[in-house]
Amino acid sequence: MLIEIKDIKKIYKLGEVEVPALNGVNLDIDKNEYIAIMGPSGSGKSTMMNIIGCLDVPTEGSYFLNNKDVSKLSDDELATIRNKEIGFVFQTFNLLPRADALHNVELPMIYSGKSRTIRRSMAENALERVGLSDRIHHKPNELSGGQRQRVAIARALVNNPSIILADEPTGNLDSKTGEEIMEVFEQLHNAGNTIILITHEEYIANHSNRTVRLLDGLIQDDKKN
Amino acid sequence: MHLLTLLGEYISMAWHALKAHKLRSVLTTLGIFIGVTTIITIFTTIQGLNEYVIGQLSNIGSSTVYVEKFPWVIQGDFWKFRNRKEVTWNEYEKLVEFSKEADFIAPQVFSMKVVKYKNEKYDRVFVMGTNEQYKDTDNVNPEEGRFFTELDIQRNHPVCVLGPELANNLFKNENPMGKRITIGDRKYRVVGILEKKGTMFGQSWDNYAIVPIGTFRRVFGGHRGLRIAMNVKDVSRLEYLKDETKGLLRRIRKIAPQDEDDFAINQQDQLTELYRQLTGVLYMIVFVIGSMSLVVGGIGIMNIMLVSVTERTKEIGIRKAIGAKRKNILSQFLIESIAIASVGGFLGVAFGFAGGNLVLSQMDLSTGVSMQSILIGFGFSTFVGIVAGFYPAWKGAKMNPIDSLHFE
Repeated sequence: MLIEIKDIKKIYKLGEVEVPALNGVNLDIDKNEYIAIMGPSGSGKSTMMNIIGCLDVPTEGSYFLNNKDVSKLSDDELATIRNKEIGFVFQTFNLLPRADALHNVELPMIYSGKSRTIRRSMAENALERVGLSDRIHHKPNELSGGQRQRVAIARALVNNPSIILADEPTGNLDSKTGEEIMEVFEQLHNAGNTIILITHEEYIANHSNRTVRLLDGLIQDDKKN
Repeated sequence: MHLLTLLGEYISMAWHALKAHKLRSVLTTLGIFIGVTTIITIFTTIQGLNEYVIGQLSNIGSSTVYVEKFPWVIQGDFWKFRNRKEVTWNEYEKLVEFSKEADFIAPQVFSMKVVKYKNEKYDRVFVMGTNEQYKDTDNVNPEEGRFFTELDIQRNHPVCVLGPELANNLFKNENPMGKRITIGDRKYRVVGILEKKGTMFGQSWDNYAIVPIGTFRRVFGGHRGLRIAMNVKDVSRLEYLKDETKGLLRRIRKIAPQDEDDFAINQQDQLTELYRQLTGVLYMIVFVIGSMSLVVGGIGIMNIMLVSVTERTKEIGIRKAIGAKRKNILSQFLIESIAIASVGGFLGVAFGFAGGNLVLSQMDLSTGVSMQSILIGFGFSTFVGIVAGFYPAWKGAKMNPIDSLHFE
């Protein structure tokens, strides 16, 4: 099992008030699954993504990633896990504006300490996989939205992570470009990657093989497509 | 390897961040620039002066003390010193008789006299009477001919030794050796010409004539106060010589135990020490002024780094999401802060050297670039960069990745 989430709760404290975001979620995800996590705002789907992405830790419960308990790690330990195991793709792309495509893709490898030459060849390789070989020295503002998201995907997969975690990856794109991006995910899935999509759009979720629906911090529905 | 890779990366990030805000970076580093320029300019100037002054002072031998009426460095009431007795011939003879420490003793007496040779005539030439040991006490060597012999001194021969400048002035196209010149109203035979000593604080040390002291006293009068130069061959005995001389003089002059000395035992050290005290004060003043502008510069850097960290909250979030640890973010901003300060430091060192050397060349002193100043300049600016950058960098490093990713 790649991901084993057991009885996870997340409670935010706003001053004196406790706001529950997840109320005991159980979820197992296998290697090479393509899964969509859905739900309306306030359903806890962002919290879910933060915890799966090791950006945050649960208040209660355990989270095993590759058989390692990551639910009680410190900030810096989580950073190492994110670097090695998780590739993020965000709705707003989140590229460094002053760095060109190549440098943006190299970034995760800088923090994992790979040498310049290895970084460069791996980043070029990743950009080739998303079809941007001819744009490696363009800065984000010289690229279209779809191209930016491809750079972000290249960055997500360059360190060869266990999970590619995509948070509304087509939310800022027109539908045609969105479809193109979904095709890229399709290819990555076929190549053996595990992909977790966070979305609230049915037609995006339909690309996946399994859909998990959240409501009020609980799993309401979990079925294969 | 990993660390070097990262360091290279941080430096390149810092460079890009500074380039992205050129004017802001330049304005920020101005405080450091001014501080370092001030410090380096004055350090360079003082060091150039040091070389000159210490070089000049070394003309006075370090293994010789001078017994005189006045101390070289007068502290307190000048009139107290004026009323002292002159050092007498009798005291000189007693010192010669009783001193065990002194290897050479040269009594010296001075006057300004008219010196003539044929048509060349100079008023007010510095004329000294001394004995054959002056050669050792004051470390002078004849360039030509010889210095006085014991016989010259015992017999009061009418001979003289000239400084090279005076010799040149008197003897335009002639060899001075063996010629007779007039000092005051008597004739003296030139037996030697001294090596060039150069100038000390603009005063020539080569424009004088020396005659045997007995001759001097007989011709110009024996009432003049003396200066007695006493020399030890082994510098480590100098303190013993001073103590012995002090004791002897107090006994000769019958000074009561509770009373102060009424003579001075001078040595090169006193002048060097005085100079060091003066420059020490100067160093302190420069240090304080420089430090103040560095503090102001540091505050400017801290301010801009706080702005920079806030502006780049989202960047921090992105970096953290893809695996940057706290120390990575901390280092990135710390190096950026050091980079800003170093640019100011580098320019400050460059302008400081230019400024200092300009001052030195205006004063006709030898110019130079000292490693010490470079280290001080870079050390200071790096230090300020670290201190000023630490808090902003730490603030960035402990940002929460989720919140910072959503910062707009």
